[in-house]
Order: sequence, then C-alpha cells, then structure tokens
Amino acid sequence: MTEAGYNFAYLDETTKRMIRRAILKAVAIPGHQIPFGAREMPLPYGWGTGGIQVTASILGPQDVLKVIDQGADDTTNAVSIRRFFTRVAGIATTEATGEATIIQTRHRIPEKPLTENQILVYQVPQPEPLFKLEPRRAETRRLHSLSDYGLMHVRLYEDIARLGHIAKAYDYPVMVNERYLMSPSPIPAFDNPKMHQMAALQLFGAGREKRIYAVPPYTPVRSLDFEDHPFRPIRAPHACAICGSKTSYLDELVTDDAGGRAFICSDTDYCQERQQAPKAAAE
Amino acid sequence: MTRLTPGFADPVLDAQASFRAILEAMSRPGRIQTIDGRITPPAPLCSAAGAALLSLADADTPLWLDAGDAVAEWLRFHCGAPITPDIGAARFVVACAAAPSLDSLDIGTDEDPQLGATLILQVAALVAGDGWRLTGPGIQHEHRLHVLGAPAGFVAAWARNQALFPRGVDVLLCAGDSIAALPRSVMIAEG
Repeated sequence: MTEAGYNFAYLDETTKRMIRRAILKAVAIPGHQIPFGAREMPLPYGWGTGGIQVTASILGPQDVLKVIDQGADDTTNAVSIRRFFTRVAGIATTEATGEATIIQTRHRIPEKPLTENQILVYQVPQPEPLFKLEPRRAETRRLHSLSDYGLMHVRLYEDIARLGHIAKAYDYPVMVNERYLMSPSPIPAFDNPKMHQMAALQLFGAGREKRIYAVPPYTPVRSLDFEDHPFRPIRAPHACAICGSKTSYLDELVTDDAGGRAFICSDTDYCQERQQAPKAAAE
Repeated sequence: MTRLTPGFADPVLDAQASFRAILEAMSRPGRIQTIDGRITPPAPLCSAAGAALLSLADADTPLWLDAGDAVAEWLRFHCGAPITPDIGAARFVVACAAAPSLDSLDIGTDEDPQLGATLILQVAALVAGDGWRLTGPGIQHEHRLHVLGAPAGFVAAWARNQALFPRGVDVLLCAGDSIAALPRSVMIAEG
C-alpha cells in the first residue's frame, strides 16, 4: 500500500520528465555529465539523493528493487531507501541480485554478473573525476570538451614516481568509449572491470552536485593506466571467513582487542547464496 | 474546431511505461520496442510518436513539427509545449512528412552536447533482422534494422552527424506503436 498524498515514486511528473530527458541524453553521450535540477529529497545530501531521483524517474509498478550499500542489503542506507520506495511507490523489493530489475547501489557492483533486463543505478558523491586536480567547473567542462585528460595521467604518474604503483584503491578514473573521463563513483578499483561491456544499463546520479551520467550496455570502459604499469584490480589476498570465496571483494573486520582480524564478502547476497548452495547440494 | 482526443489514460504510469520503452530503445540502438500508450493522437502522428511526446515534452521543450494544426493543438493541450517555427530552437523536432536535414537542427556545443535536439522521425515501418548494420555503444556485436520509408540519403547524413560527436542529433524512429532509437554515438552501415 502506498502512502496517501504522494505521487507515484514521490517526485512530481514535471521533475520526472526533466530527469528522464537528462537520462536519455546521458545514454546518447556515454560518460558525459548532464546538469539537472536536483530536488530536495526527504533525506540529506550524501545519502543517495541523486540515485534516488534517478530510480524514482525510471521505476514502474512491475519493477523489483534491490538497494545495496557497500555491497550489503541490510545496512541503514539500503534499508531506508528500500522502505522509502515501498512506501511511495508500493513496489516489490528483493535482496537477491538475480531477481531485481533495478539495483540502486552505493559504492559496489554486485558479484553476480548483471543481465540485459537489469538497470544499475549508482549513488555518486562527486561526479567530476578532475575535481581534486582542477576545482574550477568552467575549466573542467572545457577539459572534457577537448578530451584533455593530461592532468589525470600526471596524477597517476606522480603516484608511480613516489610510491612505485598507482595508489588509488577506489573511485579509480575510467575512460568511457575512449571519449570521456568518468568517475565510476567510489566503487573499489576491484569492481572497475565489471563496468566494461556490462550487459546492463548503468546510470549515475549525483544529487548535491546535480549531475546525471550513464554508461550504455556493452560499452568499452577502460581504467586509466600506463603500458609499463597496467591497471590491477586490488583484492585482499584471503578467503571469505563465512563462505570461503576466493574471488569476491572482501571487507576486513576487527574481531577483538588483540589484533584479531577476519575477512568476509562485501556482497552479502553473494555470500548468503554461497552459504546456502552447499546445504542445498547436501540435502 | 476539431474534437480533441484524450492523452494518456493514466498520466503517471503510462508516461513511465512509455519512457522505459524509449530508454530501452536508446540503450540498445536499433532494437525495436513497442509502446502501448493506449492513445489515438490525431493523424498523421502515430501512437508511438504521440506517446514519446506526451512522456517527454513539456513547457521547457519547444517543439517544431510538420504534422499540421490538429497535432499542434493536441500537443499544446496535453504537453503544454510551445510550438516554434524556428527548427534550430526546438528541443524536439517532429517530422511526419519530408524529414528536415539533420544540419538544420540544434547540435549543442562541445561543452554542452546534451543541448542537441531529438528528432522524432515517423517512418513507414521498422523491421528487425536485415537492412542497416548498427554498431557502437549499447550494441554487443551488431544490430540490424530495416527502416521502410527512411529519408533519402539518411545514412550519409547520419555519418556527418556521427562525426560531430559528442555534438549531434539523436533520432527516435517511430512507426505505428513501434519505436527504435539512433543515439548520436551509433554508426550505421548500409546492409
């Protein structure tokens, strides 16, 4: 049952049309940031207002929504966004990656490969990949229009000169379709290769910064690197303490005061599925 | 005064369904989607083009069209969109008869390529499986699209449009209740 007094999916129709037009242009120009009139949402900036507005504009009653926060379905941000859409749109939600048609994510891409019938919506805090190198928007817009990304190459080179390797573990810049430099949002560099030629449509919403951008399905996405320092997705060299996965992205947990540590899957649904699979096989 | 036909029966959910069909078409260029808008726009506007306009056009988007007064009146009433005689100022260009040349439309700027217009081009029919060979973002290997009634010299004009990337015009091809999209990033080769 949806909350009375709200339009379906909270936003009014004029706002949705504006966001929908921005999304269509974003898909037509892969990786280019489109300004849009982000609205005040009933939760603070930094909690996924951009992603929520994108989700609200594409969502229909037949959709099944999954929301993850750093891979987990059961953290505050994910639970409250899921409940928000249950209340204002009355749609079904799920924690299973395979059952979802729309997945809104904060800082992770699910381990299970996505399909053509799914849309991945990212919450983006800072859409401008050059922001820390060039804070003037007027200037970064010009750099994007000229496809001049020397600044970022120098930034990565300086890491190599000082540390011997590129020390960027998340929000690792990518080139989309060899034209636009794009921030993949603060997903771990480990997830970057999943964006390349993904079967699902990827939409990015930044609420405070008022930008929308997109990567269409089957689009080349290349993490910036150098011939002699190729891009390396980083993963903790351990197995998950619960499901034993040696390929998934791991979170490090401190378990006691004596320096005890455990590594577990960041993707809770993936981990749960793996825990249940051997049981099902045994029965 | 002609009798005005209704717009979407459910303005919220019908607009959403029609947008999702357009989004799907735009994300997978050349794949034909069906818009079941349950609307009857005045002739010569087909139902897919009508549904696309109802779900995307409003007071912020000047329209240019060659579909006659009945369609202009219908769109003005249901979308509240201003109709402009200046094709270069239009966000959506609706072509039912002879297609305007792509060069006459707004292509945006290098810094704001998203200002490029969307051409809603009505054609005789869309057939999948043969015809043009499309490649580019959104297409895994190759999509085939046969457009019956495509304007003469369209593939050459499209190559010029494509060369302007990231500036350029995006096209929605509509026939009856089917729709296919050609975002500016897609390349077309004759089959």
